[in-house]
Amino acid sequence: MTSELIVFIVLAIISVLAAVGLLSSRNAVYAALFLILNFATVAVLYLMLNAPFLAIIQISVYAGAIMVLFLFVIMLLGAERLNQAAPQPGLRWQRPLAIGLGALLLIQAAYVFITRFNSTTVAPNLIQAGPMEIGLKLFGPYLLPFEVTSILLLVAIIGAVVLTREK
Amino acid sequence: MNTVSPYILLSAILFSMGVIGFLTRRNAIMIFMSVELMLNSANLAFVAFAHQWGQLDGQMFVFFVMAVAAAEVAVGLALIVTVFRSKKSANVDDLHQLKG
Repeated sequence: MTSELIVFIVLAIISVLAAVGLLSSRNAVYAALFLILNFATVAVLYLMLNAPFLAIIQISVYAGAIMVLFLFVIMLLGAERLNQAAPQPGLRWQRPLAIGLGALLLIQAAYVFITRFNSTTVAPNLIQAGPMEIGLKLFGPYLLPFEVTSILLLVAIIGAVVLTREK
Repeated sequence: MNTVSPYILLSAILFSMGVIGFLTRRNAIMIFMSVELMLNSANLAFVAFAHQWGQLDGQMFVFFVMAVAAAEVAVGLALIVTVFRSKKSANVDDLHQLKG
């Protein structure tokens, strides 16, 4: 058993447990912290997959900016107590159905991935995706999607301002 | 490890857990966090495939998915704040009528 596999198994267990904590948490702040833990473990997995720049972006943008926004809204609204209100009478069948369908999706995806991708091995030309390589790609072949993304972010800023404006 | 299938399997597990959270939780903020979990697992699959083929394009897609997630969170949380102001609740079962 290689050391890389051991590190992967430990990280995978931590990230799955963090996801379980997210799903079962009764407090929205704890749920957000579990999600941050999940993002951090995934960032380490990015490092193992030769994507150091994306790992740093994952920590600073996802675990930093986006989750701070989540925590800010939770604390602004004072909505951290997730009182599990009983679902409406007509919707009681939803929860077992959702869990069953989610498990079915997992089994199906796992079957496809294991049967299709087990034989393919990693390409020999390993890439080191530092900021320079990412930047050359971003401002070369991906210039148009990059500009469209900037317009999307502008629209999101305007939308957030308009939606939360006091009447 | 000279194969990326464990990463893909982990990504599938995290995505399914995000789906279950999205369908079972009633709080709008928890639903958004489940969506983030799903986007993150898709990113993991992208990076794993980029590693498998030795190409950078998968990592570029992760870049754009992150930008879209940031925009989605900004607008979605603004919606939640607005709904919370008028309904005093973030429970999605309370939003069964299309008027403020």
